[in-house]
Amino acid sequence: MSQINRISGGQIDRAKSLNFTFDGKSYQGHPGDTLASALLANGVRLMGRSFKYHRPRGLLSSGSEEPNALVELRTGARQEPNTRATVAELFDGLEAKSQNRWPSLAFDAMGVNDKLSPFLAAGFYYKTFMWPKAFWEKLYEPIIRRAAGLGSLSMEVDPDTYDKGFLHCDLLIIGAGPAGLAAALTAGRAGADVILADEDFALGGRLNAETFTLGDASGADWASATVAELANLPNVRLMPRTTILGAFDHGIYGALERVSDHVAVPASGKPRQTLWRIYTKRSLLCAGATERPIAFDNNDRPGIMLAGSLRAFANRWAAVPDRQVAIFTNNDDGHRTATDLLAKGVRVAAVIDTRADAPRMADCELLAGAEVIDCKGRLGLTSITVRLAGGQTRQIACGALGVSGGWNPNVHLTCHQRGIPVWNEALAAFVPGTNPVGMSVAGAANGTFSTAAALATGAEGAVRSLADLGFKAKAADLPPAEDAPVNLSPFWYVKGASRAWIDQQNDVTVKDVKLAHQEGYRSVEHLKRYTTLGMATDQGKTANMGGLAIMAEMTGKSIPETGTTIFRPPYTPVPIAAFAGRSAGADFRPVRLTPSHVWAAEQGAVFVEVGMWKRAQWFPKPGETHWRQSVDREVLATRQSVGICDVTTLGKIDVQGTDAAEFLNRIYANAFGKLAVGKVRYGLMLREDGMVMDDGTTARLAEDHFVTTTTTANAVSVYRHMEFCRQCLWPDLDVQIISTTEAWAQLSVAGPNARKLLQKIVDAEHDISNEAFPYMACGEITVCGGLRARLFRISFSGELAYEIAVPTRYGDGLIRAMVEAGREFDAVVYGTEALGVMRIEKGHAAGNELNGTTTALNLGMGGMVSKKKDSIGSTLSEREGLTRDDALNLVGFRPVDRSRAFVAGSHFINKGDAANAANDQGYMTSVAYSPNLGHTVGLGFLKNGANRKGEILRAVNPVANEEVEVEVVSAHFVDPEGERLRA
Amino acid sequence: MIINHPLLGPRDSQEFTYLGDASLIDRPDWQAEDAVDRFYDYLYERENPAGEHRELWFHEQGDRSWLVVTRNTLTHEITNVELARDVARARGRGK
Repeated sequence: MSQINRISGGQIDRAKSLNFTFDGKSYQGHPGDTLASALLANGVRLMGRSFKYHRPRGLLSSGSEEPNALVELRTGARQEPNTRATVAELFDGLEAKSQNRWPSLAFDAMGVNDKLSPFLAAGFYYKTFMWPKAFWEKLYEPIIRRAAGLGSLSMEVDPDTYDKGFLHCDLLIIGAGPAGLAAALTAGRAGADVILADEDFALGGRLNAETFTLGDASGADWASATVAELANLPNVRLMPRTTILGAFDHGIYGALERVSDHVAVPASGKPRQTLWRIYTKRSLLCAGATERPIAFDNNDRPGIMLAGSLRAFANRWAAVPDRQVAIFTNNDDGHRTATDLLAKGVRVAAVIDTRADAPRMADCELLAGAEVIDCKGRLGLTSITVRLAGGQTRQIACGALGVSGGWNPNVHLTCHQRGIPVWNEALAAFVPGTNPVGMSVAGAANGTFSTAAALATGAEGAVRSLADLGFKAKAADLPPAEDAPVNLSPFWYVKGASRAWIDQQNDVTVKDVKLAHQEGYRSVEHLKRYTTLGMATDQGKTANMGGLAIMAEMTGKSIPETGTTIFRPPYTPVPIAAFAGRSAGADFRPVRLTPSHVWAAEQGAVFVEVGMWKRAQWFPKPGETHWRQSVDREVLATRQSVGICDVTTLGKIDVQGTDAAEFLNRIYANAFGKLAVGKVRYGLMLREDGMVMDDGTTARLAEDHFVTTTTTANAVSVYRHMEFCRQCLWPDLDVQIISTTEAWAQLSVAGPNARKLLQKIVDAEHDISNEAFPYMACGEITVCGGLRARLFRISFSGELAYEIAVPTRYGDGLIRAMVEAGREFDAVVYGTEALGVMRIEKGHAAGNELNGTTTALNLGMGGMVSKKKDSIGSTLSEREGLTRDDALNLVGFRPVDRSRAFVAGSHFINKGDAANAANDQGYMTSVAYSPNLGHTVGLGFLKNGANRKGEILRAVNPVANEEVEVEVVSAHFVDPEGERLRA
Repeated sequence: MIINHPLLGPRDSQEFTYLGDASLIDRPDWQAEDAVDRFYDYLYERENPAGEHRELWFHEQGDRSWLVVTRNTLTHEITNVELARDVARARGRGK
């Protein structure tokens, strides 16, 4: 049984059979088949339902321009929607399903839309689903999505990998038809680095689809012999199954290689697809041409396809939609389909040619000056109605009709850098205008359609491109080939037709285009968006010219005056997964681990993402069921005895040079010139606009050597800024900087017993007593018997505290040693939550307060901005508006009813005022529960806050519709005098 | 885009971060009478030309050089790439 429409010949391997299913029904095809050709061979013409009207549809084309035959491939997690059956390479076990139909392809309940078509014309959605607004989300959108959806997603995680790659070449040849092969031979033999890419799995382009001979060989044989020679050239990379999707700046091209789409499951270690970035010195576009249809009533019935595709299916894949066909053409090329099909034993009922003087080229009936005006066959073509030259009509029985309205050069990639194609009157088509820098065009893509011209221009194109690069290439010797001229009389649609499809993918008819014009859409770009003509997976490859021609007719302008829509990348659809590559799931971005990470993980720490870092957030102990229990314990233990925290993530920048102090003076608002060696100073960094950029501490290790720290979040941007200042503003300062964030593992040790703990690991020759190593001291020491380390006596928590740094590879050893040394003090290790609680208790600003909109004045550090020297931001920090009397000041807040909590983000409103923006007094930036005080504490910016201590305000949270009465207090909830940190 | 780094040769623009107009090199004198106005102009009043533009790029994932790249904002053609340090010196900046 089966394969009832398989004919003789073709480039398929009949010795092997491949089993596949379509909508659950089993079929057989052969290696070399596409899903489309195998279905045709099995007598299947109906392959899909249209987007809007759910009209039965079959193949229009045999290539990537296909608008109709969109299918779901594979099942389960590998299911892929909206794939064109024409480019789906057949493999054994392929399961394919049609889309957009329910319950079945032959009976689709939504087919009623077709009967309702008078109400669903252009702009229907815009006109109908306008109001009320609330109906959109709940009613209209779900209905539209269900009714007009294309394929469906599996909703499972894609199990395959997608890769990215980078390639470089002298010459990228896009398309491996006769022009591309001739170019590759020429360039390959000249020794240039060549990449030849083609979207098809078989290289050769139309040579595989035509019956022309090249010299003594068939086109397909010449192509395979040429490919064999190219495959042996080490300087030529052949990339079949690879679509060049876009031409980008400076000769960079994007390419999608379908590495494993032609097998059921990718081979071990192979990606499904690879997205390539190809750096080229020159490129040669040999992308061929795409045939365009002629619109007539009901021209979308299954069995009606492009004449060149009908011929390709017969010649390359030995498959026909039916044994009795007809041809409808306005040019000589359409007649070739009749000739080729006759040679294959297919009955050609007639060639209908719109030209009154049509030549007789095939051995069958020719109806010159005639037009196909309608057709019959609900789920597949059964007959066509022809209006003869004399005006009478005639029915012709046929199961397939090949239509040719001429060919459009594939100029798409020439437009990706805003090149505008130009109109060629003889071809009635656009040809490349301005090409991207480095690109030339050859063959049909350039409007030279004959095989001989394609070969010649391909070879010449390669010679010219390589000459630019200094290669003396010689055009490859080429066999004699067909050299027929283009004979065509433009004919876009049959006059009087109404339901004649221009864009089959978007269900746009001749009438819709005319309606859009009547409604005032005169620009092609507006027409496209109003009617959706030329959108979706095919991007109007077969439709745009028809729409343009009708627009031109309606406006009384020529087609080039009417314009053309801009082609943009990608040439054909690219899965999002390919753009993501391996940056998916846990590999979405790199992860940075702190030196104590392994130890922390052993303790069962809960981790939080801080940028790319994973930091321990808290360390739950057995019995603790709520994060607050752990955090409160860590805070209390630190303030009562001692706590340890990994602070490696803070940015560290090493600053050296004889002008290092002067450099720091200029990038920090406060002065650094007089900072003594062995001392640390807090630094406030402004942006040039006067806002606070970052803060941190800077330690002077030697006269010409400083170590500066940044906040974790700004480590990269502060370093970038410092390099800008160094290189662009003061290029002759003797200063060198380098980021050492990852070179040092840094631990904070805080609490009354911090020194005692440290004394157990710091080598005895280093005196770290309060007298020898006071608050804000720093020094280079050794620990654990000779390991070099740096010690800084600085405090974020407000306790007696140090930060100790050792080379990163000793970080794991250091945390273990410190925990062991701390055992006698019941030392805890605390995470970022406890760190946050303690800095809020102490009133230290952090990222919440340094939010890019706050000044030194806002932070209560206005006095730190030195006026005695130049520094970044100091001048503009004095701008009017930044120094107003009622400026926001950072103050503390506590709830009047101590049992109540409030949230960061709350806005302050005076008692008795309405809670609105006009009465806004400021906002809460940081909130924590203080286990030391036993209630919630907050930091926030309040207008004139420095002078409002003791005032009672409302902290209003309009999102949750809550408010809490709060009292304005000092931001220093713990040890306001700072006695502990000096102890 | 490809930026032809004066020290390293052609590099993909993905290795760089972008700052903006190269006039950011011309930071005003803080002691000028009208310093606030000058800084205001320096920071906010910059040209945004459709065409040739001298701009600052930072080779962040490379050698950390700041570069002055002359790029046509309409075509992305890059006609000149200089080390910002050299440009700054040529414009009179020193210590």
